[in-house]
Amino acid sequence: MIDFKQVHKAYRVGGRSVPALHPTDLHIAQGEVFGIVGHSGAGKSTLMRLVNRLEEPSGGSIVIDGEDVTKLDAKGLRRFRRQVGMIFQHFNLLSSKTVANNVALPLKLAGELSRAQIDQRVAELLVRVGLSEHADKYPAQLSGGQKQRVGIARALSTNPKVLLCDEATSALDPQTTASVLQLLTQINRELNLTILLITHEMDVIRRACDRVAVMDAGVIVELGPVTDVFLHPQHPTTKRFVREDEQVDENDQRNDFAHVEGRIVRLTFNGDSTYTPLLGSVARETGVDYSILAGRIDRIKDTPYGQLTLALTGGDVEAAMHCFTLADVHMEVLR
Amino acid sequence: MDALLPNVNWPEIWQATLDTLSMLGGSLVFTLIFGLPLGVLLFLTGPRQMFEQKVLYQATSLLVNIFRSVPFVILLIVMIPFTVIVAGTSLGVAGAIPPLVVGATPFFARLVETALREVDRGIIEATQAAGATPRQIVVNALLPEALPGIIAAITVTAITLVSYTAMSGLIGGGGLGDLAVRYGYQRYQPDVMVVTVVLLLVLVQVLQSVGDRLVVHFSRK
Repeated sequence: MIDFKQVHKAYRVGGRSVPALHPTDLHIAQGEVFGIVGHSGAGKSTLMRLVNRLEEPSGGSIVIDGEDVTKLDAKGLRRFRRQVGMIFQHFNLLSSKTVANNVALPLKLAGELSRAQIDQRVAELLVRVGLSEHADKYPAQLSGGQKQRVGIARALSTNPKVLLCDEATSALDPQTTASVLQLLTQINRELNLTILLITHEMDVIRRACDRVAVMDAGVIVELGPVTDVFLHPQHPTTKRFVREDEQVDENDQRNDFAHVEGRIVRLTFNGDSTYTPLLGSVARETGVDYSILAGRIDRIKDTPYGQLTLALTGGDVEAAMHCFTLADVHMEVLR
Repeated sequence: MDALLPNVNWPEIWQATLDTLSMLGGSLVFTLIFGLPLGVLLFLTGPRQMFEQKVLYQATSLLVNIFRSVPFVILLIVMIPFTVIVAGTSLGVAGAIPPLVVGATPFFARLVETALREVDRGIIEATQAAGATPRQIVVNALLPEALPGIIAAITVTAITLVSYTAMSGLIGGGGLGDLAVRYGYQRYQPDVMVVTVVLLLVLVQVLQSVGDRLVVHFSRK
């Protein structure tokens, strides 16, 4: 669906060339929610804005649905941009236009539909985002979450193939973030729309994305299904993001565990294994006692997972650890 | 009344008021017609804008600054040959309008440029991302978003024009300001001066409050 081939971008700052994105290859499949996470200045925003050429690439090609975006002329680019919806951190709604007129704007600009057709389409879109009764209000009269819903309706108005979400939930509180992400995943399912979203919050990735790329200093440092990247982060940047999301400080944890006896292991349950009664049965069979030092049972988008840090004492600890390695869980020995 | 204002000739005051109003109306219309596109041009070609054009921007900017730094009284006189070509005369209301327009247009254009700069860049970007042509961005996003600022700019320009009309007496432009100078100052008739100044004050007050109300009416923020 979206294919980056050796795409790079450098800005000229005072005669010097400063790279924002090093040559990058990336494939995003039709219908997936693809997240890019990184700190500010990591190049994620640049990468997204190359897709609809709000930024011009310094080189490489970006092929979307068989069309090389980098080769489009001005007219072709405008036509292409109608196939790519975009929502923004600060919503970027026109304060001078009503909700309905904001949503109608891309259709008016395209000039392909009659007034009546536009009205009908706008009404449908407002139903989809749950804002029908606010059609005649101005953006200033809406809450942040409602404004982003208007943004989503506007982005969807021209029936795009791709939706770009530029830090779309970063200005929203956690509850509103959750409802906007829910709307996005619902749209992704119902319209089979490809969504590319960038964020600096791992929680957004965890809730909404199928795959994720972690960016640092203009390079994709880790890429894979969200469950893999989340549960088994490899790169230091990824590990830092995951820790931030779990609000766990490893140093604190190490200090806390210093007084605990026995072996310490971390078990990661993923998918169906999350609900198996593994701990009890292993304890019975091997006679070990376990205490749970830390734990989290949650979902990554639609996949349940659990992560438990255990101290094992008494009984046959080695046998218990062997049982864990045989079971459908991932085990890390911390001590 | 007559005892208090012995020198005031009311028909003359009335005529001067009409002259001021027609100079103001005529020059304001042309100032908007020329100033708005000039302001949009200054904005679009300005630094880090959609059509950044260093040379064009600096040339336009210099031209605007030249006209803004020439005192209006000088402009009135320097422009006489040009005024005769455009208006057919350099005298009266018609003769005053061309210099008024040339004096106010650069000023108004700068105010328009400033009002457009106040528009959030994100809005331009969102409109661009929706596939808008540059013209559509200006018409559908920039101007509607900057409307309250542009109305405020029109108000300030109109009031500036009122004070400019007072100087047009120099070329026989007529109007209230002219009356104040000729009767009030040159003939030592303070009553005429007071009446004309009060009328000018009323005019400025009306312009400002109508402008302010329109700004509030069109502000959605």
